[in-house]
Amino acid sequence: MARSIAWRLATVAAIRDETPTVRSFTLALPDWPGHRPGQHVDIRLTAEDGYSVERSYSIASEPERDGLVDLTVERIPDGEVSAFLHDVVVPGDRFEVRGPIGGYFVWEAPLGGPLLLVAGGSGIVPLMAMLRHRARAGSAAPTRLLYSSRGADEIIYRAELDALATDGSGLDVHHTLTRTQPPGWTGYARRIDERMLADVVEPIRPSTRVFICGPTALVETAANALVRLGLPAGQIRTERFGPTGT
Amino acid sequence: MSERFVTRGFIGRRGTQDPSGAADTRSRVPPGQYLTRDFPVLSAGPTPRTALDRWSLRIEGLVAAPVEWTWSEFLALPARDWLVDISCVTKWTHLDMRWRGPSVDTLLEAADIDPRAAFVVAFSDGGYTTNLPLGDVLNGGAFVAFEYDGRPLAPEHGGPARLVVPGRYFWKSAKWIRGLRLQSADDPGFWESLGYHNRGDQWREERYSGD
Repeated sequence: MARSIAWRLATVAAIRDETPTVRSFTLALPDWPGHRPGQHVDIRLTAEDGYSVERSYSIASEPERDGLVDLTVERIPDGEVSAFLHDVVVPGDRFEVRGPIGGYFVWEAPLGGPLLLVAGGSGIVPLMAMLRHRARAGSAAPTRLLYSSRGADEIIYRAELDALATDGSGLDVHHTLTRTQPPGWTGYARRIDERMLADVVEPIRPSTRVFICGPTALVETAANALVRLGLPAGQIRTERFGPTGT
Repeated sequence: MSERFVTRGFIGRRGTQDPSGAADTRSRVPPGQYLTRDFPVLSAGPTPRTALDRWSLRIEGLVAAPVEWTWSEFLALPARDWLVDISCVTKWTHLDMRWRGPSVDTLLEAADIDPRAAFVVAFSDGGYTTNLPLGDVLNGGAFVAFEYDGRPLAPEHGGPARLVVPGRYFWKSAKWIRGLRLQSADDPGFWESLGYHNRGDQWREERYSGD
């Protein structure tokens, strides 16, 4: 029988605003066993009277950072945990974390490319762990990121993505802004659809590994379109969040 | 750590109260779970789509002879309504989900099961599998749903038909099910081979391997 994944006490080492509603928390985790890009952690918050809640969050940071793990959390209106993390937590605070968890939605440099990453909103987080790892590992795997945000100020990691896309390693970043576009915007300006994916992944190679993370509607649209474009379903890995409406 | 660490400033919303403010439903929410009214979708890959005229459901493995139903034969099996609470390992619990479909008992009655059968592997379109002790799916413990909330089960929720095992985390409720294989030995399925618990009992909080 495998050993249980232990709860560890994390100390918040730093907090950084990413967008008006998204914040990154750097957690110091002594004895962290390491993770693979794409994995997540569970966190547990406990009140004085013993009431406690758990939530899962994707890891945003690359595994090359010893003992430090970044979580990027969107503040959900009325979110019991995300609102607490945003509104109450300050550096030096501590809470329980266990992980890493999940072994399927994972990419590591030796797997190589070509790689297609498709993100909607905070679905960028586990993909960012892959991109950061790709950079730190010196991988030149041809990689394309198609990232859908509502508006320019809601693009998470924008400056870092810009920098990674110009480092000569073979990463192309394509943004689409679905709600509002700033003057002079030259990127896509609609929801992800089959034509946009065909544009971005041209030429389609059956060996392309695909990771899609975002709201259900985006993931469904993108995964179905890629299957229609000829990518083998087994090459497409998805992670979803959010309600379906029904 | 055995003692839970108290987080500075955390009070919580006491989210195990029913969001509608109706009955006290706290006792129905397993440890570490929160209540939702949504029906979140989680899948490891694209949603498979199989035409109903090519769909079948099969009982195989340790049976005298495999049994297979076409879609129309499957719909003709004795079905009932099920009102059950569902808990996903990603922490949401949804109370009183209404489904319709035949029980696994009904399906297995049609097959002559070898007494050595002790485990079952559910297999699905797209290659997904999940394993269960036979006892977990008998005596009303599981059913194969073709309707949710009075409507045909949507593809992203596992339609045309999915296994539903209310007593276990929801990954055991295989979407897009195409059959059950009876075995004498246990055989870890997709998530069970990727660090998730082999049994997945939400009341024992069996989330991950070793829990």
